[in-house]
Amino acid sequence: MSAAQSAVHAVDAQPYEPVFTGDTLAELEQRFAEYPTRQALLLPALWMVQERRGWISEPAISEVATVLGLTPAYVKGVVTFYTMYHTHPVGRHFIQVCTTSPCGLCGAEDTVKALLEHTGCGEAGTTSPDGRFTVVEVECLGACGFATPVMVGDDFIESVTPDKVPDLLARYP
Amino acid sequence: MGFPHPSHAGETVVLSKYFGDAGARTHAGWVERGGYEGLRKALGMAPEAIIEDMKASGLRGRGGAGFPTGLKWSFMPKGDGKPHYLVCNADESEPGTFKDREIMRWTPHALIEGCAIGAYAIGAERCYIYIRGEFTEPWTIMSEAVREAYAAGTLGDNAMGSGKTIHITLHRGAGAYICGEETALMNSIEGRRGNPRIKPPFPAAAGLFGMPTTINNVETLAAVPHILVRGAEWYKSLSRGNPKSTGTKLISVCGHVQRPGNYEVTLGTPMKDLLYDMCGGMRPGRTLKAVIPGGSSVPIMTAEEAESALLDYEGLIEKGSMLGSAGMIVMDDSADMVYQIMRLARFYAHESCAQCTQCREGTAWTTRILERILSGKGKESDFDLLLDLADNMTGTTICVLSDSCAAPVVSGIRKFRGEFEAYIRRERAPVLALA
Ligand SMILES: Cc1cc2nc3c(=O)[nH]c(=O)nc-3n(C[C@H](O)[C@H](O)[C@H](O)COP(=O)(O)O)c2cc1C
Ligand code: SF4
Ligand code: FES
Repeated sequence: MSAAQSAVHAVDAQPYEPVFTGDTLAELEQRFAEYPTRQALLLPALWMVQERRGWISEPAISEVATVLGLTPAYVKGVVTFYTMYHTHPVGRHFIQVCTTSPCGLCGAEDTVKALLEHTGCGEAGTTSPDGRFTVVEVECLGACGFATPVMVGDDFIESVTPDKVPDLLARYP
Repeated sequence: MGFPHPSHAGETVVLSKYFGDAGARTHAGWVERGGYEGLRKALGMAPEAIIEDMKASGLRGRGGAGFPTGLKWSFMPKGDGKPHYLVCNADESEPGTFKDREIMRWTPHALIEGCAIGAYAIGAERCYIYIRGEFTEPWTIMSEAVREAYAAGTLGDNAMGSGKTIHITLHRGAGAYICGEETALMNSIEGRRGNPRIKPPFPAAAGLFGMPTTINNVETLAAVPHILVRGAEWYKSLSRGNPKSTGTKLISVCGHVQRPGNYEVTLGTPMKDLLYDMCGGMRPGRTLKAVIPGGSSVPIMTAEEAESALLDYEGLIEKGSMLGSAGMIVMDDSADMVYQIMRLARFYAHESCAQCTQCREGTAWTTRILERILSGKGKESDFDLLLDLADNMTGTTICVLSDSCAAPVVSGIRKFRGEFEAYIRRERAPVLALA
């Protein structure tokens, strides 16, 4: 078993602590009033899991299914459709960088290179050895006039050029 | 205004008047600037009268298809006793398009006001605003604005003291371009995978949760209060080209121009004025090569076509393209058209929901063939293969994502064939290494 696999295994082996208890459950239940079905809370519930746990594990999928009256297989089918839900643990800071044509025309590839180099990720789609960063290339972030947009976690940063990368990363210890 | 740049004299500033003015973000700030007058007026009118105003104004959908808004609203059944829904499409993911983001960031109450008027006009007590997951800052600003609107009594069970019920719920997407397609978006709100639905039934008959639904783009709804306050005649008079294209339009300009940004122009404004006066033209020493005027899903225009086009629905069709979402991607003579078209095809292949064979296979094969050409392994027969694929991908699928992938390929081959040939005939060095 590789180190990466055993790390994932170790995470899975920990006892699962439910997300939807106390205030979190109350927050979800409050939102039921805004929709005619419980199922409509699926995307919001998955966001609530990811905000609290960083990613969406198999036990979390089962928990969401139970809370909303769905099956785990169904929930998994939905989770995997959407690219922003993480089905594996990711680095402490999740970095998304746009590489679609309009940004590509304005140098996105150089920004990607700088991000990979300065984070130590080496390759897009991977996590740095210290677990600090994960860098992924994504499609259009809806800010094409501000090439190249980069998201670090929930922060949206416009006009990132390679020279700005070191200072940007320094803000995320 | 040409946000983030100061307003240019060639613009007609209506929706973008307060871009950059953080004071306009609060409920009080919005009211000070004349906000919520449109909603107040609407709540004193019969819903049918509002719909008539929209029809008379000539307002058309700003999300891509340009469908007349008043007509769309009039399709909603009356007296059917079912709950109706208004959905606002804030998924903005079409490459080249970044206008709805600025509307939400700077004038969240303009959108709330437009949604409230729309909901009342179509007999809906609830509006869902579906905001793409990556728009974290617009989400925060919109959330605060909705909270304020409830606190001020503008929204709720007695909206502005009218006795009418108007609720707004924000719903966050989670990364999927296809969720901008209206029926995929409805599935997404319902807690499903974002697969587009087969039409009919159309949303006005059976949309969100199976109920009569109207879906409109952010910019469409943000224009509604202005029409109510200043009148349909005023809106209709904003037209420099074809009388069927009225009002102002935010044009997002990106790529190789000196000043990328959002420019608000009266429909029918010459594209030349936008490109060279407002956006400052190309970078020094560069010349215009191509423009994709309506977001990445519309046919590519040559420099000559672009320079002679009028920016409105009819003007761009006349030049073989479309206004679409008005996300304008500008390329100068340094752009490699084959590479850019491959990159667009790769986008569609990545975003295909994979329900339809022609789309799932077509987008993937198109990308692969273009990658092969760029790696120096192309063949003359690839032209026929690409055009044949494109033909099979057009008009044959559940939604038009498939057609959108074909559009730049077909127009690209027709207009820039020489660039493809240069790779195929090994006159140009490969830029991709294929495994
Ligand atoms: C693949 C695809 C993606 C779309 N993405 C968007 C989008 O991000 N935003 C949007 O407003 N409309 C989008 N549309 C258009 C919508 O389906 C719909 O026509 C529009 O929201 C209607 O609003 P309007 O009449 O106000 O323009 C998309 C359509 C397709 C086929
Ligand atoms: S055309 Fe493509 S994106 Fe649209 S429904 Fe079919 S497979 Fe999905
Ligand atoms: S193409 Fe990069 S943000 Fe749109």
